[in-house]
Amino acid sequence: MFVRLVYESFRRQKRRKLLAGAAITLGVTVATAMIAVATDIGDKINRELRTIGANLVVTPQEDSLDVEIGGVNLKPPTDGAFLDEADLPKIKGIFWHNNITGFAPMLPVSVAIERDGKWQDVTLLGTYFAKQVSFGTDEFTTGVRSTYPWWKISGAWPEDSSRDILLGERLAGRLGEKPGNEITLAGRPLRVSGILSTGGAEDDEVVAPLALAQEILGRQGAVKRVYVSALTKPEDAFARRDPKSLSGAIYDRWYCTPYPQAIALQLTEAMSHSHAEQIRQVSQNEGAVLTRIEGLIFLITLAALFSSALAVSAAMATAIFERRAEIGLMKALGAGKLAVAAIFFAEATLLALLGGLAGFVVGSMLAHQIGHSIFNSEISIPPVLLPVILAIAVIVTFAGSAAAIRRAVGLDPVFALRGEL
Amino acid sequence: MSAPSRPINGSNAGMSHAARDLAASRARAPHTSMFLRMLVRAAVLRRGRAVSALFAMIVAAAVATAMLNLYVDVQAKLRREFRNYGANIIVVGRDGSRRDGASLPSDALAQVDSVLAGRGIAAPFGLIVARTSDGQPIVVAGTDFERVKQLDKWWSVSAWPQTTAARFGDMTYYENQNPHPVAQNATRMGHPASSSPALIGVRALAAVAPKGQAFDLSFQGHTLHVTPAGTVQTGAAEDSRIYISLADFVAWTGVQPSTIEVAASGSPEEVAGIMNQLTQAIPAGDVRPVRQIMEGEARVLGKTRATLLAAAALIILTAALCVLSTLMGWVFDRRRDFAIMKALGASGRLLNGFFAAEAAMLGAIGAVIGFLVGIGIAAWIGRVNFHAPVVPRWSVLPVVLAGSMAVTLLSAILPIALLRRVQPAVILRGE
Repeated sequence: MFVRLVYESFRRQKRRKLLAGAAITLGVTVATAMIAVATDIGDKINRELRTIGANLVVTPQEDSLDVEIGGVNLKPPTDGAFLDEADLPKIKGIFWHNNITGFAPMLPVSVAIERDGKWQDVTLLGTYFAKQVSFGTDEFTTGVRSTYPWWKISGAWPEDSSRDILLGERLAGRLGEKPGNEITLAGRPLRVSGILSTGGAEDDEVVAPLALAQEILGRQGAVKRVYVSALTKPEDAFARRDPKSLSGAIYDRWYCTPYPQAIALQLTEAMSHSHAEQIRQVSQNEGAVLTRIEGLIFLITLAALFSSALAVSAAMATAIFERRAEIGLMKALGAGKLAVAAIFFAEATLLALLGGLAGFVVGSMLAHQIGHSIFNSEISIPPVLLPVILAIAVIVTFAGSAAAIRRAVGLDPVFALRGEL
Repeated sequence: MSAPSRPINGSNAGMSHAARDLAASRARAPHTSMFLRMLVRAAVLRRGRAVSALFAMIVAAAVATAMLNLYVDVQAKLRREFRNYGANIIVVGRDGSRRDGASLPSDALAQVDSVLAGRGIAAPFGLIVARTSDGQPIVVAGTDFERVKQLDKWWSVSAWPQTTAARFGDMTYYENQNPHPVAQNATRMGHPASSSPALIGVRALAAVAPKGQAFDLSFQGHTLHVTPAGTVQTGAAEDSRIYISLADFVAWTGVQPSTIEVAASGSPEEVAGIMNQLTQAIPAGDVRPVRQIMEGEARVLGKTRATLLAAAALIILTAALCVLSTLMGWVFDRRRDFAIMKALGASGRLLNGFFAAEAAMLGAIGAVIGFLVGIGIAAWIGRVNFHAPVVPRWSVLPVVLAGSMAVTLLSAILPIALLRRVQPAVILRGE
């Protein structure tokens, strides 16, 4: 009888059920979409922040002091120690290798360039543009094109295996060179494939494939420093602790958290004779920005959950209040308060589950859409969210119905049937 | 009769008079007083339903207000966070042929300050290559520590060098206790016998003063005695440099600062405006944007605002639907009132007007209260998340007010349109 009552109620009052169900679906849709966006926003914004540039730098351990003003290194180029290019793929072998979004090796070399019959020293920066690197079976492309997205080129990017170079904007202006021109650098005829504009020191430099810089320097496999872009967790008090003072499990927890310090330590371990450090301008500030945005979206998600809970409760209360006559009839026929309440709660649960499921599907699509239109990437929805969302939907529907059911059950059937309440 | 009857009699006599007056006034204004009375009584008698509808309205208006306020304000808030990245404009001496960059005119910093006029912070930097006593080249920078402290907040500094006033104590103490031979030498060369307190980059420290002792630097034959006051660590070029105060730097080298780093606050248009003004104010300088900071900022801000807009749209939609369903329930509930009015001969226009006025009143009251609550929520979020309250935007009020009234009117008119088709007798019979 109980099952039949619930079934018939769904079959005969399609319009009402549809209205309440629609409210639940909408509430759950908003909740799902917002939770999905909120859980993923940190990662998304972190990736956007990577456009500000590398947040870690690896330098040779025993390096002499840099004597560098405005990007011009005044030190003899052969001075100091170097990193080994063969170690570079190992960056993708560290514990947090999935968090490494890219890296670019740098090798500055001083070269003489002729201008108006006078010889002038300029810096030639050897680097990767978009180089294919493989570690084990893992293939990936990395270089300045991904780590420094604000570098603008007029002309074409050089191939990493070619002997083409980029001229910095101001240098090209002084020399009067255009893309496609031949230029003689360090006794080698080279082709200018493009003019580079960065707004930084590179505007006065020559940028060339790493192999070419190594050849001019005369040291195979030499790299002066490596800039690494990594997705990191904002630094907290625990991150700042000295890893050497930590013991056992605490050290493991520190090591296995993507703090800038922990990734720097792993990079130091991965590359021989190296020292990795965070670039504080980038890494410190991105923590602050990230925390603010995550906090904001979290608070807004709470607001979204609250307002969708309210919408569901309001719809349920209205739906039950409209059915006073039905309740009066049941009670007049001898149904106890408990029996009436049980029927309504069963209906509410069924409605919540159906609406919740539909809402989850629509909400996932919505989150997907938001991810695509705003961030150009997928927003992943963890499957564990489904039971959580369904549970929330049932609880909110229950809570929303409870007050209305309690009042409806307490009504005098006579008045209810006469429609006087 | 006794005394009380007299007033009754008197009033009876007067009442016919008053009744005539009343009838006359009713004839003149047939609906107004009754209309108001119906509106008020409807709200007072069914207090529970009216309050729940008003509550839904307040919540919706509050949420909408808070979201719109945040949406307008979040950009300013995040821009402030981005200013912690330091300079977004640099001014360098315009003479590309020299390696060090040419010196800027000595009034350049004052010019920058007058252009900024509180819209940001600027710090001057002069850079030279000096030699340590064993001939090692090292970059020495002169700067204003007070400004750098505000501009480059990411510098991890163990202790900032004391400002001039506080320093004199140190200096005399040092000279009395331990006169250094080179310091005396410097006196003979006509330079102040001071030892410059310096901020030493962590890598430079290891090279020049591993024990943190005082040391000498020479530049074009002039010697400067330097006392390490603290260390700086940034992970970038600063680690290999020595920073001394600009006054000491200029007195020692005679070189004026060649670079001014400027962190200008405001929208991209405002920053571009500041750059234009700087170019005009300092013709000898080259004003360049720091593109990596500007582009990164624009991207992150754009995405955050877009996310916020999507969230705001979703939340406001649910809130509006919540109001819609509550109000529609309320109006449906009163179909008997509706039927009685209709049976008593109320016209369709009057009925529409009655329910519409009721809805508009509810919308207006809810919107105003909700607006105040929403401003409170926005301010709270601002304080919790950005450590600065969100400034109330009064321009949001008309939007919220109009939106609320539109939603309430819609939710009143919709059920009425349905009920209009039904005979009052059917409703009154409770069917």
